[in-house]
Amino acid sequence: MRIIFRLIVLVAIVAAIGLWVTRPKTDGAEVLAGLTPDAAHGETVFTASGCASCHMAEGAEGEAKLVLSGGQEFPSPFGTFHAPNISMDPEAGIGDWTALDFWNALHHGTSPDGQHYYPVLPYGAYIHLDPQDVVDLHAYMQDLPADGTPSRPHDVSFPFNIRLAVGGWKLLFLNEGWVMEGDLSPELSRGRELVEAMGHCAECHTPRNALGGLKEGANWLTGAPNPAGRGTFPDLTPPEMSWSEAELVEYFTSGFTPEFDTAGGHMALVVENLAALPEADRAAVAAYIKALPIQ
Amino acid sequence: MTSIRTILVGLAAAGTLAGAVTAASHEAGVPASVKARQATMQLYAFNLSTIGAMAQEKIEYDAEAAQAAAENLVKLSSLNQGPMWEPATSTDDIDGTRALPEIWTDMEGVIEDAVALNEAAVAMEAAAGESLDALKQAMGPLGGACGDCHKAYRQPD
Repeated sequence: MRIIFRLIVLVAIVAAIGLWVTRPKTDGAEVLAGLTPDAAHGETVFTASGCASCHMAEGAEGEAKLVLSGGQEFPSPFGTFHAPNISMDPEAGIGDWTALDFWNALHHGTSPDGQHYYPVLPYGAYIHLDPQDVVDLHAYMQDLPADGTPSRPHDVSFPFNIRLAVGGWKLLFLNEGWVMEGDLSPELSRGRELVEAMGHCAECHTPRNALGGLKEGANWLTGAPNPAGRGTFPDLTPPEMSWSEAELVEYFTSGFTPEFDTAGGHMALVVENLAALPEADRAAVAAYIKALPIQ
Repeated sequence: MTSIRTILVGLAAAGTLAGAVTAASHEAGVPASVKARQATMQLYAFNLSTIGAMAQEKIEYDAEAAQAAAENLVKLSSLNQGPMWEPATSTDDIDGTRALPEIWTDMEGVIEDAVALNEAAVAMEAAAGESLDALKQAMGPLGGACGDCHKAYRQPD
């Protein structure tokens, strides 16, 4: 009996430690203290991060892309996720969020009510954003429209519907380290910010392990099957990626490949975002891609 | 532009008929209809590459060559493509295609994009022989028209 009792106590302790270690993390106000918001820079962060591409209504064009009413479907092996409403409506959207709420969502994947977000929100990339970027993004988004469309619940089945388990996922795969390391030039360093943090390119272009974690090192940005089951996302490392830097910049500007095919699917939306950035940013992304593979 | 729309709607219907005719010829490999539409895409790309290389100043501007390529694009975008978009030849049905099933469930949207492409090609035809600047200006809408269709109706690689 004593052995069984001890076992039960041990299991309880392990479970308690597990829950503690994997609890949704948040930072306090000190992390953003003393920062002055710059909404104009926030717009660059918004565009480079592709917020609208996922959170606008399906197929929205022009000004309608800034109505972040959500609803797009993201099928995956774990179930189908629906982009929530992140418009400025205080009820249906996130109009009542503070800059700190933005920070905790994007850096820790934790909602204002202390729940884990699923990593379909690419906080594995946004974790690299600076506090200043997040404060600026928050300031820019205050001027975007409100929309009352209710968010659709995710369609995710057991066991993936247990959000507590996301804490274990974060423990395994969420980390603040950059993938491309070393002494980088200012251009490469900007490229890394755009590719690894804001642009979250790896979310589609890097293969995942069985638990949905991105494979790093030599696997980084080597292409992957589309989780929606339609085709694959291309390998961005040599020899498969043979375009010159100038050809990459052209693709990011006009959408034309060197063979005069054009970007399609969600990549067409990515190109629309890249085309709206300064040319130096497109060149920085191209420089990063030409610096692959990760050794 | 009503005329081209009418033609395209008619061709969509013709495609359905053609499907019945060629369905019997599906053995191994990609159906002839799919090969034909892929060949059409290559012809677009080939003619675009002449104009595009000039727009990107990779080759010297040549009014005559640009004009000829633009005229080809207009002809290509006016082709009777109906039978090439045979039913049951989407990514759901066969290998060797990137054509999404939405093409057949949203024919209205496809036709809208096809009309827009024809209009952009006509605008390029007017601009290409004019000057390099005019050609560059017409290039954006033309690329946009290609991209709009690929965004909605083509599977990633």
